[in-house]
Order: sequence, then structure tokens, then C-alpha cells
Amino acid sequence: MKLRHLLTGAAIAALIATTGGAPAFAERGADGQVNLLYWQAVSIMTPYLSNGTKDLQAASLVIEPLARYNEKGDLEPFLVEDIPTVENGGVSKDLLTITWKLKEGLLWSDGTPVTADDAVFTWQYCTHPDGGCAQISNFSDVTNVEAVDPRTIRITFGVPKPFPYGPLVGGQAPLIQKAQFADCLGPKAPECTKANTYPIGTGPFRVVDFKANDVVTLEANPNYRDPSKPAFATAVIKGGGDPASAARSVLETGEYDFAWNTQVEPEILAQMAAAGKGQILSAFGTLLERLQVNQTDPDPALGAERSTVAHPHPFLTDERVVKALSLAIDREILVETGYGEAGRATCNFIPAPDLNVSPNNDWCLKQDMEGAKKLLDEAGWTEGSDGVREKDGRKLSILYQTSTNSVRQAAQALIKQWWNEIGVEVELRNIDGSVFFGSDPGSPDTLQKFFADVEMYANEFDGTDPEKYLGEWTCGEIPGPDTQWQGGNTSRWCNADFDAALAELAKTAGLDGRAKVIIKANDLIVNSPAVIPLVHRGRLSAAVNSLAGVKMNAWDSELWNAADWYRAK
Amino acid sequence: MLTYTLRRLLFAIPTLLVISFIIFALLDLSPGDPTANLPMTIPPEVREKIRESLGLGQPFHIRYLLWMQQFFINEPLNLLEKWTGWTIGDGNRLRVISWQTRSPVVDLIVQRLPQTLWVVGLAYLIGVLIAIPLGVISAYRQYSWIDQFATLFSMIGFSVPTFFTGLALIVIFSVKLQWLPTIYDTNLRVTDAHTFWLQIKQMIMPVSVLALYNAAQISRYMRAAMLDNLSQDYVRTARAKGMSERSVLLVHVLRNSLIPVVTVIALGVPTIFGGAIITEQIFRVNGLGQLLISGIQSADMPLVQTLTFIFAVLIVFFNLIADVLYGILDPRIRYD
Repeated sequence: MKLRHLLTGAAIAALIATTGGAPAFAERGADGQVNLLYWQAVSIMTPYLSNGTKDLQAASLVIEPLARYNEKGDLEPFLVEDIPTVENGGVSKDLLTITWKLKEGLLWSDGTPVTADDAVFTWQYCTHPDGGCAQISNFSDVTNVEAVDPRTIRITFGVPKPFPYGPLVGGQAPLIQKAQFADCLGPKAPECTKANTYPIGTGPFRVVDFKANDVVTLEANPNYRDPSKPAFATAVIKGGGDPASAARSVLETGEYDFAWNTQVEPEILAQMAAAGKGQILSAFGTLLERLQVNQTDPDPALGAERSTVAHPHPFLTDERVVKALSLAIDREILVETGYGEAGRATCNFIPAPDLNVSPNNDWCLKQDMEGAKKLLDEAGWTEGSDGVREKDGRKLSILYQTSTNSVRQAAQALIKQWWNEIGVEVELRNIDGSVFFGSDPGSPDTLQKFFADVEMYANEFDGTDPEKYLGEWTCGEIPGPDTQWQGGNTSRWCNADFDAALAELAKTAGLDGRAKVIIKANDLIVNSPAVIPLVHRGRLSAAVNSLAGVKMNAWDSELWNAADWYRAK
Repeated sequence: MLTYTLRRLLFAIPTLLVISFIIFALLDLSPGDPTANLPMTIPPEVREKIRESLGLGQPFHIRYLLWMQQFFINEPLNLLEKWTGWTIGDGNRLRVISWQTRSPVVDLIVQRLPQTLWVVGLAYLIGVLIAIPLGVISAYRQYSWIDQFATLFSMIGFSVPTFFTGLALIVIFSVKLQWLPTIYDTNLRVTDAHTFWLQIKQMIMPVSVLALYNAAQISRYMRAAMLDNLSQDYVRTARAKGMSERSVLLVHVLRNSLIPVVTVIALGVPTIFGGAIITEQIFRVNGLGQLLISGIQSADMPLVQTLTFIFAVLIVFFNLIADVLYGILDPRIRYD
């Protein structure tokens, strides 16, 4: 009896293995409709004018870049024949030009051919001096984009680019059609409502109906390059609500096939997943939840010189104090309470891709209260009568700010408790996200002004190469009144060794060589008193069991391979 | 009455101008940055450029005057063109453009109106239809079981927030029983009996949540007004004259009690257009309430400004209607 069970089980498993890999009878539009839920509703169908990730992802169904990052973070050719490298001659030896070759016979969804002129136009569109293109940094250092022939695009950079895959690569910088956007250059761009919401693209779907901030209806692109794809005839992207109800409509009621960004308390999510209708998908990119530690004095008494390099922080520039603060934190508990499957404890600043991750920093993974106390003792901070440590008449008291968000407030409360235990007084503050992340130079509450001792937020970088991201930690990037508080070095940390490492990175080509320098820079940052890495965060979405082919991707749009999605029978 | 109405209408113009200025100033002073929702990977200098392209670099009064021109001149002209098919000028006018969606705000509002009117408006209507008989009966039979029930009903409606009743309904009818959809499909077009049934199904939960809330409020007003009138001398006179209970209650008392209630109902109508922010969010009705809240969250100033101002117009207008109705219902009140 038992043997028979085993045998049937094995037979079924074998059946699944043979048919489960790909749809057996692939035919365009055979699988009906796919329903996607974006609780942050889609506002516009172009990443170039968008104000959020959700628009970029919705647009990725329609407009495509030359190449995308796949779920492993490797480049995959989409509109081109292959990825140019120095080895195959696509990238020049001096690292100044890259040449892409479009696939043959590519058509826009209106039936006209895709040519290199469209790529040239896309560059002109985004870099127009009077425009407000949100993705202009993808085209930084590009001096020229030219059409060598209708299928060949040559991009020239002003400086050698060891990593030349910025322009027209990834979900941020897709190709747009010249004919459609020709009258939408510069200041006219936002007025082209029709083009911005019904873009003509090369992707698997095209827009049929667009209701801003509500629902987008799409149908299979009749001119898509693979005649058997997409499997779905129509797609609907509904917006509105909140992450919890989005997760519910996939995991519990099964009304929708895919819900984006279902970041809710892990407990609640696990309960919903127990209904068995769908599964939670996670993918880890480079998003890092961290504590930035102010290296300058935020004391209000300093007036205009508050939080500027003129006044170093009285105690947070001491590595021992910051290391003690870091050791007192139990990162596993932070992950468990706040992120569940979408979080991992980390001590690194560059948490991914694996090649660039430093193996040298594991000391913070385990909470060590005694070690933390010892470090503070060594640094000369002794416990006063009220349990708060003091040194030279100054209390070890910290103002800790972050954005308003239930997960962050829970983490704040936990960290406050641990810090209190080692004799640190903590005052908590939370600021509305639109203010905290906004860069209004008039507001005292932005993360750049940093009028606090420590602040918590998450940041990441596009693609897999962190050069630009690390570049934010150089001395020249320190925000201050003279730069209208612009600049990415919010901790106001300045280190000559780090600046030298970065200069080296700018000259190093080849992934392995770059990884060495990146790890060196990472180690310099995490061993400084400027930052306390907390949690490597992933993207979290949910899909019903019947939706097959979804490959959760943290390096590009989550809908990057929607052409391959199909309905499991 | 006519001169009174005209006078009030004329007086409304400066009031609304002041309101529009206050809204604009408040929004301008409030913190919030339209580029705050951009991914953190977008560098600050690009954000600055985006803000400039939105016109945020210009001084306050220029932006206010520009909005006034767009809202009071360009938009009405545009509407006129659409309705009549005429072309006025070169037809190339700058409309009030939302920063978030880069499309004209008025078009967004027109797109959102149907679902808001259907869901919130119907809920208001049903609420009134429940509240008036309930108020009448519970006042007439004060302290009876039906009055106790009505009191309990309105206590629940008052004190249980819509985000709770909404969620409770979803858990019962969508998650457990799987009878009703949790998500309102704005793409649904009613063309036959089947789609009509689908429309009803998706409206049941949001409408009942809102109707409960509305009925709770109005039924208390109705009950109080009825109680006031039931003890009046004219009721005793009517009964003494041998009128039937039915005509005493429904002709004399009800008509007099309706006067304050009608005012309350009329004043509540603008809130329909304001949408029901929470309920719309829970059921993803995506009407005007959701439009407003998403505009606020993304610091979309033209959208929030225009929408709030339209609400202000409606409130001023329905205040006038309430006053005029009062005069019609109560012959003792004369405005001229």
C-alpha cells in the first residue's frame, strides 16, 4: 500500500517536472486575464516623469530597455542581440564607447519598426536642458548617442566608464518611440498626457484604457517579438488600498493574481499565507535599513552652524561608543518583528550582489550587551545615579529620528530599550515620510539636515554597481547650508582613505577587480562611527498559486518577465 | 426670496475668493515635497530640476494668480468648448495639471465622479431612507423595544469607525463566505442583467458601511425633532379635534419636525462629493476621496488645491440651498 502511494507520488512529481517548466501549448492570449494589484496606484506610464517605483513597474509591461537585469542581477539582452563587453568588442578598450546592436525585425506596438533613432531620441528626451526627467542620472557622462545604422546604437561617454550599462539599461531607462514623443521635449513633456499614459512600446502589453491613480487596462501587444507570448490576452493593474488588504486579496480571497509590495507585519502575512491560496515572494536587492550616525553636533544652541562640519559631534565620533550602540542591537529580533521573510540581519553597507559583499564583518550579528558596556566603560562613560552614563558632566543622550511607519516605530522602541540597558538615554522622534524624505531646504526635519544624533532609513542603488552609491560618502558630498543641504553624505563623515579607494574604483574595470575595491570601501564605512547597518531588506510581493512563471526580481521591475507568465493548469 | 438668493450668491463670490487664497496659502506653507516619493536613488539635483519643471521655483503670488487663471478662465472655457463644440481662441490653454499624473485635474475629477456618486451618494440616500422612518417610530414609541433598538443601532453607527465595520464585513462576506468582492471594479460597465448584478454585488459592502453611519446620525436628529413636536399644544389640539393618529403624526408632526432635519440633510450633501476617504480606500472604490488622499500623500498641490476649492464651492452652495429650503418649508420664515 505504502509503496503504491510512493509510486503514484513519484509519478505525479515526474509529471510536474516534465510539464511544469514551460507552458505546454504556448499561444498568445490563451490564458485570459491576469490581475495585478498595486496598492500605490499607477499615476503615469513612463518612468521619465514618474514620482514612484510603482509607475516604473507598470510601464515595464509596455516599454522596454535594451537590456534588463534578471533575478540574479545579471544583464539579459531584451531588445539587443547580446550584451556588449570589452571582450566581444562592444565596449571600446578605452572604456569610452559602448555599441549595442538591436535585434532584427523589432516592431513597436503600432507596427512601425524600432530603429536606433528611437534610442538617440530617448537620450535627447531625458537630457533636454529644460525638462524635469526623473531618470537623467542614468545618462550621466553621456556625451553622445548616435545611430550608426538603423540597428546599431553607439553611446559615447565623456569619461572612461568601467561599468557602461547605465543608459537605456534597466527598468529606469526604457526606449520610447520618437514618432510619439517628438513634440514632447523639455517643458512640453508633462503636457503630453496621451503619450505619457498610452505609450507605444515594444513590451508584451499595450495600454487600452488608463484611469490615473485607479486602474490600467492592457492587452497583449500584437507585434510582440515572440509570436507565442504573452500567454495572457489582457492585464489589469488595479490601484488603491493598503499593503495588508492587497496581500489579503491575493493570499486569502484569491481575487487578484499578483500584489506588489505586500510589506506588512510578518505575523499577519504568515496568517494570510496559511489560507493556502497563494505564496509570498521575496527577493533581495541592495536595500539597507541603517542608522546613520551624525558626525556633527546637532545642538540647537549652535544656530545656523547646527549639524555642520564646523562642530564635530561631542561623542558619536568615538568609534567605541558607536560600536557599543551597534553591539547592543539584536538584529535578528528586528528582522523577526518587522520584516520576516523580507529581511536579513547584516553588518555590511553593500549587502548585495554576493560578489561585492564583504566577508569581514560578522561581529555585530550577535547581540553582546556586556561587550557594549565594556566598550563604553573603556571610552570613559560611567554610569550616573539615574542609570544614564556620563562623561565630563555630559550625559550620553541621543535623539533618534526616523520616518513615520509602524515597522520603524517598533524598531525604534526596541532599540531604545536595548540602548537604555547599556546606560544610554534615548529620545525618539518620527517625522512624516513626505517631509523626512522630501528635500525642502526650508524644512528642519529632512534627513539631509539631520538635526538629530542618529536617524534610521533605508537606501539602495539601481543596478548592481555601487560606484555612484559609494560616491555619496566622499567628503565633497557632505550637506550643509552652502549647498542648500544637498548631498548624500548625511552622516557628514570624511575619510581620506575612503576617498582614495573611490578614486581607485573609478579606474578599475572588470567585475572581480571592482569587487575587491568595493569590499575595501565597504569595510572602511562599516568600521567607521558613521553608520550602523541593521537589516538587509528585500522586496516582498504575493502571487496566487495558479500564476506561473513569476521570477521575483529586485534588480529591475518585478514585472520584468511578464511575457513569460502563464496560468498553471 | 429671489433677491435674497441673488444677494447671497453675490456675497459668495468674495467668500470663495478668500477661501481659495487661504487654501493656497495653507498648502504652500505646509511641508511636503512632490519628489519625496521618488526612489532614494534619484539624486537631489535631479529632484531640484523636477521641482523647477513643476513651477515651484516661481514666487507665491505668481503661482496663485496662475492657478486662478487656469481654474477660473481656462477650465470653464475648456468645458464650454467640450459641450458646445466651438473653438474659442487657439484652444491651446494651460489647464490645471496634476503633478503626480501629469493630466488635467478636472478630467481626473470627472473620471472619479461616477463611482463616488454611486457609492457615497446611494449610501447617503439609503441612510436618509432608513433614518427618517426609524426616527419617527422611535420617537412615537419612546422607550419601547423598537426605540431601544434604534438607539443601539445609532450608537453602533456613531461609535464604530468605518474602517472597522468595513474590515469586519470583508472578513465575513469575502474571506469566510466568499460571496462578495473586496475590490470595486471601476472598469465594470452595466450593460445587461449579469453586469448589473455584479455592480450590485460590489456596491453592497461599501454602501452598507456608509449607510449605517449616515442613518445613525440622521435618525437621532429625526427622533429629537419629533419628540420636540409631539409635546406641542397643536398636537393635542389636533387630537382633540378627533383627527386620526395617522394624520396627526404624518401630516402635522412629521412635516414640522422635518424642517431642521432637511437642513441637516442638505448640509450633508457636499460631503458626498468629498467622498468617503476611508471607505473608498478599504474597498478600493477610488473615487474623489481616494483622489484627494493620494494627492495629499504625494504633495500634488494643484490637485489638492482644486479639489478642496470645489468642496468649498459645494459647501457654500448647499448652505444657501438649506437656507432657501428652510424658507419654503417654514412659512414663518421670510427673508425679504
